[in-house]
Amino acid sequence: MTEKFDVVRAGSAVPDSAPPVSPRNVQHRGGEPNATARAIVERFPGAVSRTEVVWGETTIFISPESVLEVMQWLHDDPAQRYDFLSDVTAVEYRDLDQPIEVVWHLRSLPFRRFLRVKAQLPKRPALEIASVWSIWKSADWMERECYDMFGIRFIGHPDLRRILMWEQYKEGFPLRKDFPLRGRFSRSEQLRQALAQNPEAKYSMEELTIADAFEDLPDDMRRRINSGARTGE
Amino acid sequence: MSSGNRTIEVELFTTGLDAAGRPQRTPLVTNDGGSQLTIAAPEAMEPELSADHMLINIGPQHPATHGVLRLVLELDGETVVRCIPHIGYLHCGFEKIGEYRQYNQIIPWTDREDYLNSIGNNVAFALGAERLFGIDVTERCTVLRVIASELSRIISHLVWLGTTCIDIGAFTPFLWAFQERENVYNLLEGWVGARLTTSATRVGGMAADIPAGWMDGLRHFIRTFPHTIDEIDRMLTRNAIWVGRTVGIGVMTPDEAINWGLSGPMLRASGVAYDVRKDFPYLDYETYDFDVPVGTNGDVYDRFLVRMEELRQSVRILQQAADKLPEGPLNVDDARVILPPKSKATSEMESMIHHFKQVMEGPRPPAGESYVAVESPKGEKGYYMVSDGTSKPVRWRIRPPSFVNLAAIPKMVEGHLLSDVIAINASIDIVMGEIDR
Repeated sequence: MTEKFDVVRAGSAVPDSAPPVSPRNVQHRGGEPNATARAIVERFPGAVSRTEVVWGETTIFISPESVLEVMQWLHDDPAQRYDFLSDVTAVEYRDLDQPIEVVWHLRSLPFRRFLRVKAQLPKRPALEIASVWSIWKSADWMERECYDMFGIRFIGHPDLRRILMWEQYKEGFPLRKDFPLRGRFSRSEQLRQALAQNPEAKYSMEELTIADAFEDLPDDMRRRINSGARTGE
Repeated sequence: MSSGNRTIEVELFTTGLDAAGRPQRTPLVTNDGGSQLTIAAPEAMEPELSADHMLINIGPQHPATHGVLRLVLELDGETVVRCIPHIGYLHCGFEKIGEYRQYNQIIPWTDREDYLNSIGNNVAFALGAERLFGIDVTERCTVLRVIASELSRIISHLVWLGTTCIDIGAFTPFLWAFQERENVYNLLEGWVGARLTTSATRVGGMAADIPAGWMDGLRHFIRTFPHTIDEIDRMLTRNAIWVGRTVGIGVMTPDEAINWGLSGPMLRASGVAYDVRKDFPYLDYETYDFDVPVGTNGDVYDRFLVRMEELRQSVRILQQAADKLPEGPLNVDDARVILPPKSKATSEMESMIHHFKQVMEGPRPPAGESYVAVESPKGEKGYYMVSDGTSKPVRWRIRPPSFVNLAAIPKMVEGHLLSDVIAINASIDIVMGEIDR
């Protein structure tokens, strides 16, 4: 309980390097790419389609099939050690013919490096990509949010369900460009649905089954849970 | 148990920690001859207790959930077996709205996500947008933004301190903390005219320079504030109840903390010396002399100690920034983003057209993207912006530190007691406005 941890220091893999300074006069395009960029092209020549440097930040485009393999390597390789997953998100462009991009922002604390990895997903058939939850636990909620907002299914995520929108939300995925700013349904329809909700249904069916409270539920409710029904519907 | 007018004395004050680092506790003693009070074993008292698990709902409207967080807990007796957090009650679609706003129009939205750190968010957003435009702000603006960031760090930590005290059972430090917070808000009000929703920055500069005499107020605050920290320190740091409620609770090891993506004081309390200001600096933070406090136990108590020390370090940074604030222009000299002076806009045709186009169409950054992270009081706050060359971003993504920190709450509370859930939840320092956005 009172066992003390050894302090982990950022930049520990590069102790002799000069201390980092605030960026200045950053070029729009071009500039020196991250040291990882060359290594990853050598290691995965087939998976990396291109690398670019925008405003001093290196972006690596990889194929959607190779996500798990490349990410595992970035995390484990002793010369990369990207141990901190800053962000998982997606970008859909206004030009609807452009593919959706899934974006990971990675940091290597030992090397003080920052890397952006992108995978381009064609909009059809289904938006599916591998989850990196098995590598970084921080991907849990960020992938859930990305699914909630864009409808991208992360294969291998242990609990992929809506997070910001509610379970019965029927209007689709709000951050998609074809989703209108005020929602798909009219205000009156949204109000009608809100009023039609059962305020007593405060637990999800899954939650009701985890505890022994299940035994105390009325018969018909237990039947509905067993048949896979959801609360509030 | 025998009845009678027996009183029980509980000695609350202890002298500190024992050799193993646990708080020293005095056992319950009675005044009838010094015999120890014996309490019957729970089995004998309540033979009906069975192994049934219980489902407990906390929130979304509960003062200890710091907003509209809802936790569904499965309890075995008083021990948490499973915790399922529910968020989204405050979801407003900031990121969606940002795609329909010009860059300067987004700044008021950044006030309202992490509303305890509003001016810090303004600074972070402006840095991200300026990266998209390829602008470096002036020296004076850089120092003023450092002052703004550190003041908002103090506000946020004071609110955290006060509310956590209330959660754990101490009321007095709450009043001290909120009194000091009031002083900082008075300073901000004198500078930008608003207290909570500051909207202080613009792309390429600030909305306003500090008024005459403002620095005296800041220096007075720098002089007086450490006394309040010391008082709170005396009140809490060696307080037996405080120590007993926080030591060894919600432990995250360094490897776990990194893997779960914790950042800010949560990460540093677990013994990881990662501070964006040191390791990926911005606003010339490398030129300031300050220390990064790091805990070694990763529990709620260490998170408290780290935040207390960060308050002191913020005062140090404020002192240095106040000493080095240079004279000179506040805004960059860049007609792409900065409005012409009002006097010219109302007297010269070219300036009026320029002003009109700036306001109606908005500045247009070249196509590109930037992810700019700052050390917000909660952790690494990142703004990821993608531009396609128009005046509105294609995508404005907020990387909310307390969202990622809160995702680890099931990991931290499972196995602890129900009352510890409140302490652990408080130690994360969540702001639901930022989590739900």
